[in-house]
Order: sequence, then structure tokens, then C-alpha cells
Amino acid sequence: MSIAVAMSGGVDSSTAAALLAENNSANSSGSSTEVVGLTMQLWNQRRLPQMLGEEAGEEGRAGGRCCSLDDVYDARAVASFLNIPYYVINLEKQFEAAVVRPFVEGYLAGETPIPCSLCNTEIKFAQFLTTARQIGAERIATGHYARVRRDPQTGRYQLLRGVDRTKDQAYFLFGLTQEQLAHSEFPLGEMTKQEVRAIARARRLPVADKPESQEICFVPTGSYRQFIDAYLDEQQRHAESSAGEVVSTDGSVLGEHQGIQNFTVGQRKGLGMAVGEPLYVISLDPAKNRVVVGDDRELFRSRFRVREVNWIRPLAPGDAVDALVKIRHNHPGAAARVEVHTSGEAVVEFNDPQRAITPGQAAVFYDGDEVVGGGWISQVE
Amino acid sequence: MKRVYFDNNATTPLAPEVFELMRPYMLEDYGNASSIHWFGQRAKAGVEKAREQVARLLNARASEIVFTSGGTESDNTAILGIVEAARGERKHVVTSTIEHPAVLSTAKLLEKRGVSVSYVRVGSSGVIDPADVANALRPETVLISIMHANNELGTLQPLEEIGRIARERDIYFHTDAVQSIGKIPVDVEKLAVDLLALSAHKLNGPKGVGALYIRRGTILRPLLHGGHHERDRRPGTENVAGIVGLGAAAEIARIHMAEEHDRVAALRDRLEAGILASVPRVVVNGDRAHRVPTTTNLTFDYIEGEGFVIATDLRGIACSTGSACSSGSLEPSHVLSAIGLRPEQARASIRFSLGRFNTDEDVDLALKTLPAVVEQLRAVSPHYRSPVTSDK
Repeated sequence: MSIAVAMSGGVDSSTAAALLAENNSANSSGSSTEVVGLTMQLWNQRRLPQMLGEEAGEEGRAGGRCCSLDDVYDARAVASFLNIPYYVINLEKQFEAAVVRPFVEGYLAGETPIPCSLCNTEIKFAQFLTTARQIGAERIATGHYARVRRDPQTGRYQLLRGVDRTKDQAYFLFGLTQEQLAHSEFPLGEMTKQEVRAIARARRLPVADKPESQEICFVPTGSYRQFIDAYLDEQQRHAESSAGEVVSTDGSVLGEHQGIQNFTVGQRKGLGMAVGEPLYVISLDPAKNRVVVGDDRELFRSRFRVREVNWIRPLAPGDAVDALVKIRHNHPGAAARVEVHTSGEAVVEFNDPQRAITPGQAAVFYDGDEVVGGGWISQVE
Repeated sequence: MKRVYFDNNATTPLAPEVFELMRPYMLEDYGNASSIHWFGQRAKAGVEKAREQVARLLNARASEIVFTSGGTESDNTAILGIVEAARGERKHVVTSTIEHPAVLSTAKLLEKRGVSVSYVRVGSSGVIDPADVANALRPETVLISIMHANNELGTLQPLEEIGRIARERDIYFHTDAVQSIGKIPVDVEKLAVDLLALSAHKLNGPKGVGALYIRRGTILRPLLHGGHHERDRRPGTENVAGIVGLGAAAEIARIHMAEEHDRVAALRDRLEAGILASVPRVVVNGDRAHRVPTTTNLTFDYIEGEGFVIATDLRGIACSTGSACSSGSLEPSHVLSAIGLRPEQARASIRFSLGRFNTDEDVDLALKTLPAVVEQLRAVSPHYRSPVTSDK
């Protein structure tokens, strides 16, 4: 019996690996679980030289981020410290197809995609579980702050938030299948970030004091616009003329924009308009290539559609459930009614209007700590 | 866990007797081989003895051997050195599509510098046709660089014929012989090569040392600039212990070559035949009749090579997906692509390379382990069987 732990080189996954390795040596009586550390090489930071930010210095700003060589060194150092076998697996091709391309296409289609959720579903679980099985591991583990529990009545697996309320990473995992949940372990699910740091320091893990990464891992400069330009440039795809109109919610033309991929719902800066009252992006209209702006109040909406919903709690078309719904990672969540439509679609109606419901972001439905399901915000009504 | 090492084309273990011969040059005879005093003379004697030993293995003169830091430096020195020293406005170089990166990347650099380069292609045999080399020649061709044994397939190139062509046309002929030296007889006269690169760590010598054979009378510009070491061809204080180790390894290889060749070939053949008999859908890559005795390269349909290497390593067997220099790279092997494998076939290919310290027990263990690993990998493959059920 062996378990593959995904190691990013950060403190969370390193601590998860340490806990699993200790567990292994602790019950060395008889059946021991072998722990294998794997780092997924997802993106080559040297691929888009523009993104290394040469102007920022020799090493650019890519250091210390996911996918950078430094992180692989860190993960390797931790595995060596823990004395567990360790390998780097190359999933760049899959990552580009499943995460990077949809990310870019999403922006071009007027959405604001969240690549981390796609990455978790498509790469960190689907692909990783396959790779783990190839090398003979039955189970996988990650450093996510989330919990998985088997419902003894139904036999189904439930996904729950981690106990650290400030680190809800179950949000990123709404797409997990029963198969994936059944084979996953989250050693940090019952811990707070502070406890994890303390464990890492007590064990003297080489990464115990490493700062947390915040940016999207393949956008080291933090500028997604710069990334999209560089990527399209590499693909030799230039948006012919992406310029279009900026209009108010009543349809009157207020100005011009240089491509809707440069905008996100709720954005205030960069509209290039000197009007007395502050204006915000209310919505993006890819069909007409328009940016619709209005005042802050117009950002508050109640009803939206969700596509490609994954139900972790089995619900059937026609069902409806009262849930706490989060419309982005740092959204605290708000009470809503979720109606199940056919073909993976749901309609969410908040009790109170919420600010900047943004197509492309993930909407995740909670019942208490349990993740009932989630999907991608497709249309605000 | 018993561990088996089947990656001798990446590097070989240092032979203990080689290590013993190197030891005094690290501890007692530590002089600089260029120094006048006793210490220097001791070191110099070690270096010159090694030069004789390497020359003897190649049927060359000692004065034609230049010590370097390894195969990559030797290849760079040969190619850049010849091309830069050659006269003429227009220069042209002929090499092949299956060369080691030490040659290919250097050829790319030449192209950036305005030299034209022809890359001779190979068929599925992994063996270059000398006629293709002849056809690629131009009046301004200054160098032919064709490897001896291919590092991924083990296939041997017809150097004798190519050497004859080069000599007829009065063109310098370089070979990267890193993977053949010590495994099969290499005679620079018979092969008619003017330059030959070799590396100590591929024949149970130490890492970080190699040599370049340069035929007497060959004009080349040195790669590095400094003191007058190595007859002004390679400056830098000699890596004395390493050079002594290379000499010792060359000597041992020469003395035991015939018996070792047959012994390793028998192990490799048994491993290959055993895999072919116990695992369905496996193909041997390259011409089996023309290759070094150490190497077999196999395509296991419907597996991921990366997963295979990890899975076997976890069971104690070390092999590789191809060249160690390209591990972790996404691109399928340029060698396997060159012999016509599709990307998924190239990624499903595994190289087993045997060496002096492999035994019958190693082959037994591999044959016991590998079929289950392949089965495990194929069980997960979406193409081999229906995918793992999912309720999504």
C-alpha cells in the first residue's frame, strides 16, 4: 500500500508529506504505507521570457512561485529531509490544455476565469491520481485545507471545509468526483495554518518559514494582461482589432476600450473616463465587444446561472436546496436558493443582492461545512 | 531493497581498482603537472601514462590525445575548433539528426554564426546510410561529425565508410564515440577519423574528465584560452587524478574488452528476449544486429515512460526514458522521432543499458518485476482499456 503526496515546495504540502511520513514510520508494525513525493511540473517559466520581468532583476520575479525551479528544489529538499522517494512529473502539456488555454480563452470571451479550480479538478486530482496509479500508489494526498468524509448511510464521500475558516480550500475542490474523493487524503484538514507552520518549524522542515504564494502560479508578475498578450504572441494569434465601445447600462456610448480581456466585473480603474461619478464595469458583452459600465449600485445582482455543475451531494434535476453560496474565493458566502436544472446547470438566487457576480468565477454551494457542489458562473440575470 | 542499475549509458559506477589508482594523485602526488619540481614531475608522469593508455585503446599516438572535462567539451572543441580554423568565406558542416545534444546544440550555434549545416536523416534502423553523408557534401564542407554508437538506441554508425568518403574529399571527420569507447574496438586508423570525443565516466572511470583525439596535422583553434597545457590545445591545470582514472579505465577496458563484450551482450540479449517473451506489445527500436552490446531500447505500447521509470525505481530497478540530458523534457526524444516513432510511441520507450557490474541476478530480478509494472501502467491507460470509472 502506498500513497503519493503532491509536493509543491510550499509549507502546506511539505507538512502534509511530513505527517504522512511520520505516520508511516510510526506504525511500522506490519503493514506500512509507503509515501512517495511527487512534484507536478506544470509550466515552464522560461517559456514566455517577457513574463520573467527582466527589468526586475537577473532572476526575474519568478522565484519562489509554483512551477519555478526554486519550488522543485524546495520540494526535493523536503523529500530528502523526510527520506521519502521523490520524483518530478511533467504535466506541462496537460496543464496548458486544461488550464492555461481555457484561462486565456475565458478572458477573450469576457469572463474572469479562476485557473486554480480548473487546475485542481483537471490536473491535481484527475491527472495526479492517474499518475499515482501508474507508479503503483493507491491513494493520493495534498496539502489542501479541506476534509473528506464517507457518509456511512449512503456510502458516498463528502467534501468539507478545513477547520481553519480563513483557509477554505474546499472552494477550489468542488469539481472532485466520488472516485477522486474516495482516494484522496487531506492531512491538514483538521488544522489551522498556524498549527501547520508550528509543525513545520518543530520538525525543522527546510521550507518552514517560506512565504505563501499569492499569485496565479503561471503569471509570476501578477499581470494577467501581460500574460495573455505574451501567450497570444507566442501562439501568433493577435486579436485583429479588439477595440470596442464602452457603454452605460442604458446603452449610450461613453468611450472606447482596447479589448474586453482587459476588464473584469467590478473594476473601477483603467476605464480611461473622467466623469464626475465613479464608474465600474458592470458586465462584459463579448457578442457586441462591449464593456458596460455603471455606478456601484448596479453591480449588485441576485440571480445567475451556473454551468458544468458538479454535485458532490447527489441532487436531481428539479431539486432545490438552500445553501451558502460563494461567488469567488474571498467572498464570505451568502444565503441563496440553488435550483438544479438539467445537464449540469443550476440557477442561484441570493436572498440579498451580491456585489460583482462575475462570469468565469466558480460558484460553490455549502451546507454548513459540507460542499454540496459547484460550477462556473455563466450568466448573471 | 536490492537495487539494479540498468542506466550505464547515463553513467557507470567507478571501478574500485580505478579509484585505487586515482587515490594517490589526490592525497600524495598532488603536484601541478606543469611544475618543475618533484611533485610536479610525479603528477606529470601520471598524466602522461594515462595519455599512453588512452592512445593505446584507440590505436593512436599519445601526442594526439588531449584531455578535457568530458564528452561535451571534447565535442565542442572538435566542432568549433575545426570550423573556426577553416579558411573560406562560406563553410558547411555535415552531421546527423540523431547526434547527442553536445553535437546538435553546437551545430545550432554554428548556424547562428552563419555556417550552414546539413543534418543527415536516418530510417527506422537508426543507422546512417554513408551514401546520404556523401550526398550532403558540398565544395565548402569543412567537417563531417557523425557519432559512433547512438546513446539512446545503441546503434553503431558505419564510420569506416564515412571515414573513407571524408578522406577522399579531404574533409575533416569527427566522431562522438562517448558511447562506444570501451565497449567495442575503436581504431582511429581503421575508422579514418580525424577527431574523436570520449568520456571517462561511461567506461567505469570518474566523472568530469574526457579526451579528444586529434589526428596529427589537424588544425583547430582551441575553445578555451589560458596557459600552454596540452600542447596549447586545452589550457587549465590538469585534472590529474581524473586523467589517471581515465587512463586506468581505458587500460582495463582494453584488456577485458572481448570477454566483457560477450558477457554483457549475453545479459542484454537475455533481458531483451525475456521482456519480449513475457510482455505483450513490445518492440525493439533500432537495428539489433548493429549496436553496442550494452543497450536495448524498447517501446511498450500504451505506457507512459515517465511513469514506468518511477514505478520501476520504486521497485529497485533503474532505467531511463532515453538520454539523461533530456529527462524532464516534454518533447519526445529527437532520436526516436528521427527513426520514425510517433510522439506517443517515443514517450512509451524505455532504455535499458547494462555494464560491467551487472549480473545474471540483475536480469532475473528485472524479468520478475517488469511485467507487473507494465501491466499496472497499462491498466491506467485510457487507450489500453476503458478508463477508470467515474461518476462525474
